[in-house]
This record gives sequence, structure tokens and C-alpha cells, in this order.
Amino acid sequence: MANDPIHQFQISRLVPIEIGGMDFSFTNSSLFMVLTVATAGAFLFLTTSSRGLIPGRMQSISEMSYEFIAGMLRDSAGTGGMKFFPMVFSLFMFVLTANLLGMFPYFFTVTSHIIVTFMLALFVILTVVIYGLVKHGTGFFKIFVPSGVPAAIVPIVALIEIISFLSRPISLSVRLFANMLAGHITLKVFAGFVTSLGALGAVGIGGAILPLLMTVALTALEFLVAFLQAYVFAVLTCMYLNDAVHPGGH
Amino acid sequence: MAKTNGPDNASQSRDNRAGADAARDDSLDGRRRDLGARLAQRRAEAGIGGGDARSREATGYGQAMRLSSEFIAGIVVGTGLGWIIDRVAGTSPWGLIIFLLLGFGAGVLNVLRSAGMIADAGLRASRDEQGKQDRD
Repeated sequence: MANDPIHQFQISRLVPIEIGGMDFSFTNSSLFMVLTVATAGAFLFLTTSSRGLIPGRMQSISEMSYEFIAGMLRDSAGTGGMKFFPMVFSLFMFVLTANLLGMFPYFFTVTSHIIVTFMLALFVILTVVIYGLVKHGTGFFKIFVPSGVPAAIVPIVALIEIISFLSRPISLSVRLFANMLAGHITLKVFAGFVTSLGALGAVGIGGAILPLLMTVALTALEFLVAFLQAYVFAVLTCMYLNDAVHPGGH
Repeated sequence: MAKTNGPDNASQSRDNRAGADAARDDSLDGRRRDLGARLAQRRAEAGIGGGDARSREATGYGQAMRLSSEFIAGIVVGTGLGWIIDRVAGTSPWGLIIFLLLGFGAGVLNVLRSAGMIADAGLRASRDEQGKQDRD
């Protein structure tokens, strides 16, 4: 089914592994996660191995991504949040590399599966909750009680804030997953138009230019979205970490 | 009289001077703190606003995706919590009804927050403090 836009998200078992009745198979998704980590790690390692005082092109890219995330984290969580830098940087590089790898034809897009993005988001939120509780104890719960609220409606406001807090991992993961899924389906559908129109003869080939142009434009847009979603994921992670480092404002 | 008055005056004026110095130090300190708070606020706002502007540039569809995911997440979590409470406490259907409404509220809060219509809790707190200082 070359024209099925959903086919690209199918998971296939490469190495079937079953332990205690549970499926631990090494799938194409796992393969691309390994590839993502290997690519990101190898890129950072190889580009910085020369340690030039005057960075070359590739080393500049590594240093720029480092300073980009470091600046972002310092701005939103302060210097106290810098201990989370390795985590935020790894998350950003993982999501960015996975999104960009997904742009290769015939490659699997890891972040287009909600379970992957949801686990990433859950990891962020659990870090926030656990660190906040360990560092501030019950003071962490101050983030659920905004200042300047009349005592009479504090319970309702606190409940709404708690639900709002719990909805963060869901919106964080759904946003990344939905963007990648929708983008890849749109791309595939428009590319499918080219072949189906092209089969109609001379008029069809003339008409197929339009979806072809659209596909080219969408590919560019998808590269932008791939970067943007990794950026948004990292920014939101920083903002949530800020709650753990400074509950109840500064 | 004059003898006792002199040192009194002197000490008073010294007190005054010290007071003025302290006041100046206070105001300097206050101004520095004020500036720091305002800078942090502006930086945070610029960061959030910058991200928003960029995603708005990318597509209106990006923003639609963002806001709808925020809204739906609030409702889903609220409803889920209500359902779990009903299952555990056997209060069906009240938990579901009440938490669906609360989840709706949380969804609206999420949307307003991510659209930048209201400030985040942290920003709001620092703004409140600033307002208090201004009023004082």
C-alpha cells in the first residue's frame, strides 16, 4: 500500500523478544530510538573532539545548541535550575534528532507515537514533582495556591490549579505527537496526489505540478515544525522546572 | 541648656544623616531589586512572547493545535480524576460531574495561560509583590 498515509507509522517487530508473557520485542521504533541517540551522541562527540579554540562550522553548531539551551534554562529557571541542564539538553537533542531523522524518506518517526512523547513528558513532570517535594517539602504545594485569592474560593482555585498541573504532561506530549503525526500524514497525502494525478495523462501531469509545489513547501514547513516542536518541548520543560526550583514565584 | 542642647542637636543631625544614608541605601537596594525583578519579568515575557510569535509566524494551525491540546488536556484530566474518584469512593455520578466542570475551568485556565492572556503563577506573584511595593 504505497498510498496509505498511515502505513508509515506501523510498528514491526525486528527481533521478537518475550519475557514472562510480555512483549519486549526490538521494533523498528526501538531501532530508530537507538539510531537517534547514536546520531545525537556521535554528532556532539565528533564535532567537539577537536576542541578548537576557534570553532569550525560543525563545532559551532554544537556550541550554539549548548548555549541556546543553557541560555533558555538560565532565563526561565535561574542559575538554580542549571543543575537540570544535562536533562533538558538531552531531551532537546533527542526530540530534535528524532524529528529530523523522521524527515528522511522511509524512516520511522519516533515522536509520532504518543507513548514515546507521553513518557518523555511524564519523565519531566515526575522530575518536577519529586525534586520540588524533596527540596521544598510541603512548600512545593504553594504553586497550587496563587497569592491574592480570597480564602473562600481557595479550595476551588486550588483544585483547578491541580487539574491544570496534571494536564501538563498530556498537553506537552499531545502537542509534539500531534504535530509530527499530522505533518507526516499531510505530506504523504499531498505527495500521493502527485502520483494519482500524474496517472491521468497530459492534463493530469500539468495539474500534478500544484500538489508537487505544495509538497515542496510542506517539506520546508515540516523541517521548521521539527525544530519548533523540539524548542517548544524544551521551553516548556524549563518553565515547569522553574516551578520545582522556585515554587510560589521568586 | 545650650550645653545639653548642642550634642543633642548634633546627634540628631547625625541620626538624620544616617537615616538619610540608610534611606538612600534602601532606595538604591529597592531600585536594584525592582530593576532585577522587572528585567527578569521582561526576559520571561520576551521568552514566552518570542516563542509565541515564532509559532504564530509558522502557522495559525500551530497555535490552534497548541490551544486545543491545552483545552482538551484540562477536560480529559478533570474527567479522568472524577471517574477515578467515583470508582474508588462509589459516589457516581457526582465526582464525574463536578470534576468535569472543574476540568473545564482548568482547560480555560490552560488556554488563557498559553495564549498569554494571563500571567503564569510565578510572574503573577512577582507582579503582585511589585504592586504591593508600589502601593507602600
